[in-house]
Amino acid sequence: MKQTARIISIHAADTSGVCSMLYELGGMVVVHDASGCNSTYSTHDEPRWYRQDSMIYISALTETDAILGNDEKLIADIAAAAKDLSPNFIAVCGAPVPLLAGTDFPAIAAEIEARTGIPAFGLHTSGMHSYLAGASEALEAVVSHFCTEALPRTDAPSANIIGATPLDFSVNGAVESVIGWLKKSGFELVSCMAMGSTLDDIRCASAAHVNLVVSSCGIAAAELLRKRFGTPWIAGVPVGEKFSARLASALKTAAASGGCALPCAERDASAPGRKLAIPGEAVFSGSLAAAIEVDLGTPCRVLCPLEAEDRLLAPGDLRIFDEDAASAAFAEASGVIADPMYAPVCPPDVPFFRLPHEAFSGRCYRKESLNLIDHPLPWRF
Amino acid sequence: MLKRLNGEDDMTGAEVAIRDADFPVPFVSGLEYNAPARGPWNIVHTGMLIPESHHVFACAQGCLRGVVLTAAEMLAMDRMSWISVDKSDLFDGSLERNIVDGTAEIIRKLPKKPRAVLLFISCVHLFAGCDFEVMLDELRAMFPDIDFIDCYMNPTMRKSGLTPDQLMRRQLYAPFAPCPADPKTVNLIGNDRPTDASSELVQLIGNAGRELRDITQCRTYDEYMRMAKSQLEITYLPTAKASGDALEKRLGRKHLYLPLSYDFDEIERNLGILADALGVPAPDWTGAKRKAVRALEQAKAVIGDTPVEIDYTATPRPVGLAALLAEHGFRVTRVYTDAMIEEERPAFERLRALAPELLLTATVHAKMRFAGKGVHERGDVLAVGQKAAYFSGTKHFVNIVSGGGMYGFDGVVRLAERMADAAMHEQDTETVIQYKGLGCRSCL
Repeated sequence: MKQTARIISIHAADTSGVCSMLYELGGMVVVHDASGCNSTYSTHDEPRWYRQDSMIYISALTETDAILGNDEKLIADIAAAAKDLSPNFIAVCGAPVPLLAGTDFPAIAAEIEARTGIPAFGLHTSGMHSYLAGASEALEAVVSHFCTEALPRTDAPSANIIGATPLDFSVNGAVESVIGWLKKSGFELVSCMAMGSTLDDIRCASAAHVNLVVSSCGIAAAELLRKRFGTPWIAGVPVGEKFSARLASALKTAAASGGCALPCAERDASAPGRKLAIPGEAVFSGSLAAAIEVDLGTPCRVLCPLEAEDRLLAPGDLRIFDEDAASAAFAEASGVIADPMYAPVCPPDVPFFRLPHEAFSGRCYRKESLNLIDHPLPWRF
Repeated sequence: MLKRLNGEDDMTGAEVAIRDADFPVPFVSGLEYNAPARGPWNIVHTGMLIPESHHVFACAQGCLRGVVLTAAEMLAMDRMSWISVDKSDLFDGSLERNIVDGTAEIIRKLPKKPRAVLLFISCVHLFAGCDFEVMLDELRAMFPDIDFIDCYMNPTMRKSGLTPDQLMRRQLYAPFAPCPADPKTVNLIGNDRPTDASSELVQLIGNAGRELRDITQCRTYDEYMRMAKSQLEITYLPTAKASGDALEKRLGRKHLYLPLSYDFDEIERNLGILADALGVPAPDWTGAKRKAVRALEQAKAVIGDTPVEIDYTATPRPVGLAALLAEHGFRVTRVYTDAMIEEERPAFERLRALAPELLLTATVHAKMRFAGKGVHERGDVLAVGQKAAYFSGTKHFVNIVSGGGMYGFDGVVRLAERMADAAMHEQDTETVIQYKGLGCRSCL
């Protein structure tokens, strides 16, 4: 049944996506909510919380303030904290109750910016979408505010990585591996949005020759950079050996031609027959599917339980919006590569290969997380 | 790593010497930080105490995430299901229908029918005016052999009445219906861990020939339901008081609230009230008091002048504990608490006179983001509680939440022993305090 699950997990929400994307940029992020969002995010969705400081806060919304529309308290509290902490920017977003109350976050952000002199933006989260929606809007806002100057392209080929968060990549060296692979492929890194780079690095994004979108939450920012500076983007994650080489070639072609490409979706899953099912975020799962097909010769199909544009999916890929759909798709598969929290709905006669995804299972299987970047794949089918 | 821009020592607004502090709320509310100390229980941990029950949470994705992963970490996903709320549900009148249909479908799919279903709704349902009773009536008609318990995850309403934690502890006993009382049994209500068998409270009940029943020790639903027959309800945590009051009203049983205390006079008074209610003479507690004092002296000999810091997650009476320790020569330097309960007022006044320089420190204030992990280096510290351990950066701490099951004079002895042990042994603070729900199983 739609919106119902007996036993599987649920993906991180849009508010967590905002926080995760903006975590390292020296900005203040305020989620307008009672308390739960911050605890959930900092416990389950943010592996950096203990060791790496940031300015992620909750507004501690109360029933009275929600009913009376006391936005002034939110604005004053943010302004007071900003005065103490001097963030690079302020992002404010909401959970379900502000949605019901019709809270106008862009207007609140404008008021905060006027009072503090600090760039501020309001985001349209509601706690009812996945992390991808929040991360996407947050990164697009950062790019919109801070990537305004058309810098000369770097002398050597260069790239930005767009859409990296621990929710998709964990903190297991995968992002560092992507950076290493980029360098090995002949590209300097301008910035990684948004792990391991500063806001100043991101300000220089227009100097890159091409953008590598590693999660569907990076598409909107990449599109903005394309429109603003003409920078082409390609979507894919360098997984496995042959697909990584294909992706490097696509990057070079894009940098030279200015055309965008989606190697993660350059597959065809529509042929009859049982396939390996890979549920997850579209760019990563599509890349993994492509890598398995070219490296191991096993046909794959991506199952997409999250928001994704149609162009990120290949023919024959399937959108799955609930537990029943996942279970039915698994039953038709030759095997399943998925987060362990999908295992209970995988039929016992279908082989299940564990691939933890932090956005689904949080920290439960963090110790098992795999860095598949530019490595031989660990499975044989 | 970000650095505080206004200087490391500027904790204005986030800490205050007790001599200058307002009671009960010493700090102005504002944006809130969440320290990575995960030991305190949440509504999922508490609800799971009902044996053979199943949880269904109906709420938005962001809210579901926290409760679902709480269950996952405690290896209880087979007892957790969910129904998400979509934006359109808020406006097309389908909120109630989705919950009824979704819950019914979940129950039909379960491999074994649960004895009880805890159905949780959230803030948005209450704001949208959902008729919870109608939903429950329909489900009860569909599944007459299942007890449906209305539960709430409504933190937005935390200052409008009972907090979600208090509500959960109250609803934990909702299936209990009026029935003939068993005069030989006594309930301990609203706790999330067993009380030490050596405590005077447990001893007194046992010595009076009564059987003590406690949900933390129930293994089956039938055992749990037998608690409905107990003649006397006892609570000692402030968050459990509403549970006892509700049972007193609904079942007609006497409820004794005997608050967890570190004040010897109050402990003795509480035990006297209990003895009266049990119809037995109050024992002479002189020996127990002497034992407690001796334990404190022994702990002091080990801990010496090491600063002691206490937080509110360790005990509902951190100020009372600080006062007891200060009265026995300990160098208590800091209490972490964002607000104090009214019960703490006498201890607050005592402590203010005894240690006027002692700092009260907020835990959620925005500046506390940069005060963790001992950033404000102040040498070695003995902490009582996970947040005190985190903020002080110490590896020497007593790892307890909600009093840790220690009660009475015996509780003082045990706590003193735990403090001495903590002073002598290091723990991996970063790992230990991040396990969720202290005492629960964990997949981490």
